[in-house]
Amino acid sequence: MAKTLVIHPERCTACRACELACSMKHYGEFNPSRSRIQVNIFLEEALYIPTTCTQCDQAWCAKICPTNAIVRDEPTMAYKVLDDKCVGCKMCVLACPFGSVVLFPEYGKAEKCDHCLSIDGDPECVKFCTPKALEYLDEDNEVRLRQMATALKLKETYKEVTV
Amino acid sequence: MKAWRGEVLRVNLTKGTITKEALDPKLARAYIGGRGLGTKILYDEVDPKVDPLSPYNKLIMATGPLTGTYAPTGGRYMVITKSPLTGAIACSNSGGYIGAELKFCGHDLLILEGRAKAPVYLWLHNGKVEIRSAEKVWGKTTHETEDRLRAETHEEAKVSSIGPAGEKQALTACVMNDKHRAAGRSGVGAVMGSKNVKAVVAKGFQSVQVARPKEFMAAALAVVKKLKESAVTGGGLPKYGTPILVNVINAHGFLPTRNFQQGQFEGADKLSGETMADTILLKNKGCFACTIACARVSAVKEGRYTGAGEGPEYESGWALGIATGVSDLGAVAKANYLCNELGMDTIEAGVAVATAMELFERGHIPERDISRRLRFGDADALVWLMEEMGYRRGFGELVSQGGYRVAERYGHPDLFMGVKKQAFPAYDGRGAQGMALGYATANRGACHLRGYTISVEVFGIPKKMDPFVTEGKAEVSKLFQDVAAFVDSTGICLFTTFGIGADDIHPMLEHATGAGFSLEECLRIGERVWNLERLFNLRAGLSGKDDTLPPRILSEGIPEGPAKGMVGKLQDMLPEYYRLRGWDTHGVPSRAKLRALALT
Repeated sequence: MAKTLVIHPERCTACRACELACSMKHYGEFNPSRSRIQVNIFLEEALYIPTTCTQCDQAWCAKICPTNAIVRDEPTMAYKVLDDKCVGCKMCVLACPFGSVVLFPEYGKAEKCDHCLSIDGDPECVKFCTPKALEYLDEDNEVRLRQMATALKLKETYKEVTV
Repeated sequence: MKAWRGEVLRVNLTKGTITKEALDPKLARAYIGGRGLGTKILYDEVDPKVDPLSPYNKLIMATGPLTGTYAPTGGRYMVITKSPLTGAIACSNSGGYIGAELKFCGHDLLILEGRAKAPVYLWLHNGKVEIRSAEKVWGKTTHETEDRLRAETHEEAKVSSIGPAGEKQALTACVMNDKHRAAGRSGVGAVMGSKNVKAVVAKGFQSVQVARPKEFMAAALAVVKKLKESAVTGGGLPKYGTPILVNVINAHGFLPTRNFQQGQFEGADKLSGETMADTILLKNKGCFACTIACARVSAVKEGRYTGAGEGPEYESGWALGIATGVSDLGAVAKANYLCNELGMDTIEAGVAVATAMELFERGHIPERDISRRLRFGDADALVWLMEEMGYRRGFGELVSQGGYRVAERYGHPDLFMGVKKQAFPAYDGRGAQGMALGYATANRGACHLRGYTISVEVFGIPKKMDPFVTEGKAEVSKLFQDVAAFVDSTGICLFTTFGIGADDIHPMLEHATGAGFSLEECLRIGERVWNLERLFNLRAGLSGKDDTLPPRILSEGIPEGPAKGMVGKLQDMLPEYYRLRGWDTHGVPSRAKLRALALT
């Protein structure tokens, strides 16, 4: 069964270990700005909210890609970027409503979370999250509900911080 | 060599010049980074006799090789300069995020020299550096400064700044970063203010690389596991934060109360970590790469004083509350928030108020000088005075210079509780003899972070020693001092040492740098740094005579409680300490010792 990355912002302590783990896993160095998961730190409100690709069922990034470079991985069901197909047109970056796909001019390819294409273990960010604000769980109904609850909270928070 | 960025950024504020210099690999190898490397540069470049608030002093912000990596707590940076408070070396550590951000901008160290003609801030942007006008934020609190400078630069930029206290060169002034974290002690904020530098703002997109990624991550994960399993770093600290110590130290009878007149405080539990967790605590927070997460995010929503921020930490709650006899948590938290926003060291500020309170109660300060009464336990006076100090108004102008200056002004320097003009922290050395020795010998003046013997005297980490006994304390003090100097040079937090030892840190350092450090060498570097700090102080004019304690600690017994009758038995430990250090009877390092440490 496919798994999903569940985020619990209330458990996050803003240590950003996930960003370090992600950049080390994918690029072999520590570079939070290149991490595919980002901790959004609102010091005043004491809110620390990790955000990453939600792996939409109807993934706009994949749909819009003119070269079909973003595909669903079997069996993880996470969307991954095929570097040899990606031409760096940035349509996916524009299409993603969450800002979860990025493209740095110096690297030239779309970059997004693919759950580390992890089949039996946890993705790297989950492995390194000590307060367990990130979990990699079976995508059953319960998980979906929790994810929805988190998304709703996020929506409210975004409204608050952007008004 | 990896993990270092290999670059020293030098900004001459008088000339307005910005230069990037290659980090000398030999120096990095001999001093690692952070406290060690910063001390070496200060020692080489600044005349120790310089007026600390003159343009000839320098202010160094130093990261370590582990700063910006996944090494747990690897986000620390060190502010090193000659202290205007003590006249000795100053070296204040802080967490938050800016340390790592300096590395992501490509810099290992930042050296500020000279003095800008008008207020400026530095904008470090991914390797680019600008000196910008700070006129718009001069006079603002650290929080307003951060918000406005982020708006002017990058919304995720990290900021280190001074508040009004630093601008006005108050000797209690600290450098605040990420709003609530402080490079607190020794008046480093006054030096930044004397240079007309309001803030350092940083945002970088570069990476920190390590020599052996796989081995490094394995070593770091092993440390995470140990920190998680430790009752302190995996239990007490995340749950109750450092204020978990309030009840513990009170029970031991050496919680310094009302300017060290008592060893136990009847209102202690009201300021404890346990009480905070039930009242003002919102959640715990970690600094960069920290798996401990001891910070207290708090808000006072009701009562006479309201506010929000981080704290109080154990030291802050003690200095602002217990040392002043104030048990109103709301008022103490408010005083803490004010310190953070106005940019003052909570320890120095709290003890300064406590000093003034004792002088007032003993009739040494006339009421007309203060414009009100200033008795122990007066929460309103505490909060009022904190603001007066931060803006250096009225009586606050003097108190903002720290307790020593207050006591000296009114003719009773003996009533100042500290060493080398720097206030004691929250352990009475009479009840923990190792701390008494540590306070007397710490190179930056009284300090608990330079050799935290409470670890053995209270927690039994790594072994239990009787706090009242002097035997063996010289040896353990020296060892802890050297280990702390090593840890402070790597870029990780000293709090990790509750759960891990130098032998756990060494593999992370070695796999990160690939520089070929041995464990033995790491400890020798710690000892080298300690001796170099000592040499700086000796050249600055300090001597073995300054390795002493106030008369109250040396000759007045703690009046009651479990430590009743105890005094600081410094004379039983100091000669042995000097001998173990390889110093002569005046506390001067021998030639043989300096040679052995490659310091000649």
